[in-house]
Amino acid sequence: MNVNLIEIMSLPFMQRALLGALITGLIAPSLGIYLVQRRMSLIGDGIGHIALTGVGVGLLTGTSPVLTAIIVSALGAVAVELIRERGRTSGDIALAILFYGGIAGGVFLVGLAPGKGSANLTSYLFGSLLTTSAMDLITIAILGACVLAVTVGLRPWLFAICQDEEYAKVSGLPVRTLNLLLAVMTAVTVTVAMRSVGLLLVSALMVVPVAAAQLVSRGFGGTMTLAMLGGVISAGVGILTSAGYDTAPGATIVLAAIALFVLVAAVGAVLRRRRRADTGPAAVCDPPECVLDS
Amino acid sequence: MNSPVLEIKHGAVAYDRPVLRDVNLTVRSGEVVAVLGANGSGKSTMIRAGLGLVPLAEGQVELFGVPLRRFRDWRRIGYVPQRLGAGGGVPATVGEVVSSGRLARRGFPGLLRAGDRQAVAKALAAVDLTDRVHDPVAALSGGQQQRTLIARALAGEPDLLVLDEPTAGVDAKSQEAFAQALRDFVRHGGTVLLVAHELGPLQPVITRAVVVHDGVIAHDGAVPHPAGHHAEPGHDHVHPHAPQDPPSIWGRQ
Ligand SMILES: Nc1ncnc2c1ncn2[C@@H]1O[C@H](COP(=O)(O)OP(=O)(O)OP(=O)(O)O)[C@@H](O)[C@H]1O
Ligand SMILES: [Mg+2]
Repeated sequence: MNVNLIEIMSLPFMQRALLGALITGLIAPSLGIYLVQRRMSLIGDGIGHIALTGVGVGLLTGTSPVLTAIIVSALGAVAVELIRERGRTSGDIALAILFYGGIAGGVFLVGLAPGKGSANLTSYLFGSLLTTSAMDLITIAILGACVLAVTVGLRPWLFAICQDEEYAKVSGLPVRTLNLLLAVMTAVTVTVAMRSVGLLLVSALMVVPVAAAQLVSRGFGGTMTLAMLGGVISAGVGILTSAGYDTAPGATIVLAAIALFVLVAAVGAVLRRRRRADTGPAAVCDPPECVLDS
Repeated sequence: MNSPVLEIKHGAVAYDRPVLRDVNLTVRSGEVVAVLGANGSGKSTMIRAGLGLVPLAEGQVELFGVPLRRFRDWRRIGYVPQRLGAGGGVPATVGEVVSSGRLARRGFPGLLRAGDRQAVAKALAAVDLTDRVHDPVAALSGGQQQRTLIARALAGEPDLLVLDEPTAGVDAKSQEAFAQALRDFVRHGGTVLLVAHELGPLQPVITRAVVVHDGVIAHDGAVPHPAGHHAEPGHDHVHPHAPQDPPSIWGRQ
């Protein structure tokens, strides 16, 4: 199987698939970490649903589905952000309508498109890495660079608005603009990941590596670095595994990410138990604070 | 010397029902003003309105003599909210949270400069959390988290500190330290507006007290009378970070 794998991976389309997956693995957690920080992990999933309507529009009008997916999901993400900003409980229902409307609208529009069957729909829902063209790869790379420039370059600002939005306002940060930028970047990430893992699994690659990273890291910066590393590893392992066993690359990548999570959780638990056994109970407060004040 | 630093004129705020009716408050440079009042009287609402975090239904706010709408010099203000923000989904270290206090002073976010690091280190020392800098804030006690928020505000080296119950859940020794930090802050030209239920060691630092009651400022002048001791048995502690909201895709509420 090994020789076979090397042979498979020497094929240009497999290399493009690998590269596309690695880029997705790098950027998805770098954006997802902000959603997780706000405890809005599932928003990525919802934006993915909305993107399907964009795909439908693209297929129906004969424009590039990637372009229309970005536009429609960006509009959807901005709507989500505006609902979040209001902070109303009824916003929950509004989101549900938006998300399911998105996926239903997509399926409906694809059905209207001439000669575009359900096979096509599946490729957007679950990814279609193996058909990545050189042109697709360039698009993925450019969009990925935009996302990274924001998520990594503006990290102190985005950290501040997601950590404590009111404090960020009093710091004079352009909170509204940054929130909208983050929303648009979520849409871009979803569209990039649509190729590799598909719209239904996008959220997994945004969230699972972050969840794994925060099992072992103590800070935001550390979590972000580890999550991006974890995303890349999951993408690489997923592609190689899917090549070896001829399984769907998108689903295999997501399973690899989950396997990584379980592995980190298990190793972390063992290490923690050992550390506790070594050092005994740690002092949990500054010594003087343990004295009761009279 | 005595120019107004924060001024609320005829301020009215309503959520579902009116909370503040006609609030007039002027904090002048060099003052340490305590805001007192019962739970739910609108103390937090008043200072949040003063910072533009809650819209006024009526009236105006001026910061450093500039109407709120046109105010841009946010580096002059340090804010300590009553609670830690909602963003607890990913661990953040004490150092990371306190460093975000420098954001108003840094232009485009880049690496922290030497001056930033110094200010952060000084702020951490002022609240005695230097040795916890690499610990996640979630692993700190409620009082230590409150001190982290104080350090974040101090790190920005502001001219006006606005603090919402900075000493709730903070032990006596740390309250003393905090009172000392406030004294130093005022000696270097700072102004303070703080909400408190019991003043404790802060009492001697306070120059004026206002009491919010029934939507207006019911008292403005000397500190009414010593409030009960912080550690009094049966005292109802307002814990800023107590139970987490149930997780939802919302994050809040
Ligand atoms: N976001 C909000 N939406 C609706 N009502 C609110 C909101 N925030 C505060 N209120 C209401 O406004 C009133 C004043 O609240 P506020 O938080 O200003 O009180 P406070 O004086 O700071 O009380 P505490 O001593 O408990 O901190 C309360 O009756 C509260 O229920
Ligand atoms: Mg309050």
